[in-house]
Amino acid sequence: MQETVQPKRTGIILGLVWLTLTIAVLIIGFREAIFISPTDAAQGNVGRIFYWHVPSAMLGLVFPYVNFAASLAFLYFRRRNPLAALTADAWAVAAAEVTVVYTSICLVTGMLWGRAVWGIWWTWDARLTSLLLLWLLYVAYIMTRRLSTTGQTSTMGAIISVFAAIDVPLVYFSIRWFRTQHPSPVFGGGADSGLDKSMYPAFLWNILAWLMWGIFILAFRISVEKQQQRKEQAAALRSLEGDLDNFNQGGYRQSESGNAI
Amino acid sequence: MNFYWHVWAHLRKDLQLEWRSRDSITGMLFFSLLVVVVFSLAFDPTAAVSRQIAGGILWMVLLFASTTALNQAWNREQRNHVLDAQRMAPSSAAALFLGKALANMVFVTVVELVLGPLFTVFYNLHALGQGWLLLAVMPLGTWALVANGTFFAALGLRTRNRELMLPLVLFPISIPALLAMIQATTGILTGENEPDLWIRLLVVYDVVFTTVCLLLFDTLLNAE
Repeated sequence: MQETVQPKRTGIILGLVWLTLTIAVLIIGFREAIFISPTDAAQGNVGRIFYWHVPSAMLGLVFPYVNFAASLAFLYFRRRNPLAALTADAWAVAAAEVTVVYTSICLVTGMLWGRAVWGIWWTWDARLTSLLLLWLLYVAYIMTRRLSTTGQTSTMGAIISVFAAIDVPLVYFSIRWFRTQHPSPVFGGGADSGLDKSMYPAFLWNILAWLMWGIFILAFRISVEKQQQRKEQAAALRSLEGDLDNFNQGGYRQSESGNAI
Repeated sequence: MNFYWHVWAHLRKDLQLEWRSRDSITGMLFFSLLVVVVFSLAFDPTAAVSRQIAGGILWMVLLFASTTALNQAWNREQRNHVLDAQRMAPSSAAALFLGKALANMVFVTVVELVLGPLFTVFYNLHALGQGWLLLAVMPLGTWALVANGTFFAALGLRTRNRELMLPLVLFPISIPALLAMIQATTGILTGENEPDLWIRLLVVYDVVFTTVCLLLFDTLLNAE
């Protein structure tokens, strides 16, 4: 029973190798973005925040799909294959948390950048508002899981994930219509309408680095969640066995006393 | 046919219970009246300003008022373990959901019928656009709030902090619908924007989310 709770040795080694690679790529990305990439003509060094802001925004839009796919898998396997359902649930919760991490980074870096370049922390522009909504939906998802009664958490989460997945495109389009009717003065044109060739290495290295980092924390979180699930199952089994023992002993004693009388 | 009979049975039961107790309608009515008064004290609007903000305030009032009522909507089913009986009943869970949502729709519509004239009086309103379009916007918007609200109130039954759960999930999910209702209503009141696009969005939202709610309600009811 104790052995199953421990993570597998190969998993740990693979994780450490992946982490080392990730840190190496992160360092390359940092070097490219800070030291090699040319300074932005209009924004100065502040423009370099682009290399963290845009990758985190892009990845913050990728992990919700993982969450949605895992939630659908959970709903499918719920009655058919409980073990597969547990794995799907671990994927879903991990992906939701990684989504919140990336969208938070995107929002915070965006605010810092906005303050430096536009002079304001925030504007109710289509993209900002959609991303904020995405963040809110996934925080609500995590809160629901936290607040729901034991045994139903996964189903509650999966249901909310389905709603969120349907809601996000509607949010995006509705806010785009809303803002095209009232154009925001802050945006002259598309913010990234064209990227200079000299910026590509730094940009691509950073996307790769943060993707690898995202995959690492996703896998780490999944393995933690699966250990948690195994521990809960082991505890449930133990208490069940304990009950059976008590029941057997109690039954035995009763029959004995019955005989005595 | 059977499905609709079940929906009707659930709806009739809820309407009858409400008719006898009048809990949710009186609660919502008084709550929304208070919010209307507080908002007009807070903004002290002139006729021109109120036309700009009344759409937003109207839907905020309805959102808050229906949230208070929706939180109680499933309480009746919890007493004497009625909900457990519903789960064991052979009728479809979707029928239970639809009946409950329609009942809530009726309650909120009654509140709107009282609130409409009140708004006109307190905010000195008259629509500059096509006022009759409000007859489409109001039911569509109300259904968007009530369908999802009924669903998430049932979801809240399974959580520890029910009163917090409903707004926590309902508000972010409802944002596109809220935006559409408010924009459509403001467009009609001011006569400056065409509300067509927003009404279409509301129709899409209603159809999509009603379908999802009907499909997932069985999963929600038997979540263990």
